[in-house]
Amino acid sequence: MTAPDDTAARYRRPVPVLWWTGRRPYLLFMIREFSSVFVAWSVVYLLLLVRAVAAGPAAYRGFMELSASWWMLALNVAALALTLFHTITWFVVTPKAVAVRVLGVRLPAFMVAGPLYTAWIAVSAFVVWLLVR
Amino acid sequence: MAREGRAGPRRRPVEPFLWLLFSGGGMAAAVLVPVLVLLFGVVFPLAGGPPYDHLRAVAAHPLTRVALLGLAVLAFFHWAHRFRFAVEHGLGLGRLDRLIAPLCYGAALAGSAAAAHVLFLTL
Amino acid sequence: MSAEPAMRAAETAGESIVLRVSRYLPGRDAEPVPRDYEVPLREEWSVLDGLNHVKDVLDGSLAYRWSCRMGICGSCGMTVNGEPRLTCGTFLSEFAPGPVVVEPLRGFAVIRDLVVDIEPFLGKLASVTPWLVRNGAEPPPDAEFAQTPEQLGAYKQFSMCINCMLCYSACPVYALDEDFLGPAAIALAQRYNLDSRDMGAAARFDVLAAAGGVWDCTYVGECSAACPKGVDPAGAIQQYKLTAAMETVRRFLLPKGAR
Repeated sequence: MTAPDDTAARYRRPVPVLWWTGRRPYLLFMIREFSSVFVAWSVVYLLLLVRAVAAGPAAYRGFMELSASWWMLALNVAALALTLFHTITWFVVTPKAVAVRVLGVRLPAFMVAGPLYTAWIAVSAFVVWLLVR
Repeated sequence: MAREGRAGPRRRPVEPFLWLLFSGGGMAAAVLVPVLVLLFGVVFPLAGGPPYDHLRAVAAHPLTRVALLGLAVLAFFHWAHRFRFAVEHGLGLGRLDRLIAPLCYGAALAGSAAAAHVLFLTL
Repeated sequence: MSAEPAMRAAETAGESIVLRVSRYLPGRDAEPVPRDYEVPLREEWSVLDGLNHVKDVLDGSLAYRWSCRMGICGSCGMTVNGEPRLTCGTFLSEFAPGPVVVEPLRGFAVIRDLVVDIEPFLGKLASVTPWLVRNGAEPPPDAEFAQTPEQLGAYKQFSMCINCMLCYSACPVYALDEDFLGPAAIALAQRYNLDSRDMGAAARFDVLAAAGGVWDCTYVGECSAACPKGVDPAGAIQQYKLTAAMETVRRFLLPKGAR
């Protein structure tokens, strides 16, 4: 018996470029990361709206017509779905990522997530009240 | 140890600040963005939006401008951070971090400047 | 003498399942080759029992690591049907009617068959100063360090790691970049950082916050899903990111002398 070559003959399994397509948790992770594109799009859309509002009533009407076109609606329905996915995944991971300690004892996850969901509902209700009152 | 093409210690000093911006953006977007998309992207186009004068008054309020600018800056940096790693890891382009990272955060910076322009110079 | 062949016959007459085992012999194989072995399917048999049956009865040349058979030594981690698992705690019946695909842990270089190179992992563990640092405040050898249950609770979870490397195998960031410090090593660093007796956090900061440290993690979270001991290394990494960010801001704001 000869001693095996210690370095040359290792096998390294190559990582497929699209490694995240083959396994459900990885795919969900990638969708979570991709939701940031729709977060950015939503803010761009809001800024376009503000710019139209700044330009006067005619520009605002024009923007509302554009926003009612089927493709813009489809885009924003997708944005709504993915930003909701962002919110929920964000609130699921935050209690694990932040250890809140009170008197030396770490709070259970629901006591961190609870205030987050409460704040989400409160802020959403405030925005609705502000705009449609 | 470090392989060729790795960013090395260069990445260390700014990384925590980028992560703080990413985290702040994630939180701000989680709380604010779905309701805004629901209203302005879906409900108002289908059911009719608020009257122009009311919307203008709300948008032009100093607190609204500051809040929207904060949301825009944080959300853009949130996007930049996630998009950078999604591209680098998801497409196996980690060795191009020196190129991808400046492009992503640069875009976020440009978006932030555009947001400030819209909110404080045109409105 | 005659009892043993009779038992064999009874076994083969009963249900069986195919173990599709990844075989790799450096020098002979350019890459791993799957080979099928038919092993008895028994309710109480783990995948490791199946592999032991292969080695004892069917093919003595199979190479794999194992020791305790009870989920505490951390030796028998392998990829079972695509998932990182401890083979001693994964039962054949879960995969009936089969086949059960057994491959070496992903993310590591394969030395032979199901044996991977653990040296890089051991190097990462050692790099985070995984012991109590006392900075010259060493107490007399007979002194006791009393801790309250709260102080113990702060780090206990992170001390449950058995170094089985399933978390590394589940981590795509580590698979893409072998320089990444990785889940178990960072959780181990937190095990000491959060220990009330330890004074080594500043030294560990230089490793954890450097390139290859916590900032490379994107919180896929699969390391924690794979962990058989509930350590939650993903949580440890994110928690340290906040600690490290605050420490960086503090160093940034404070003048050098006041640190």
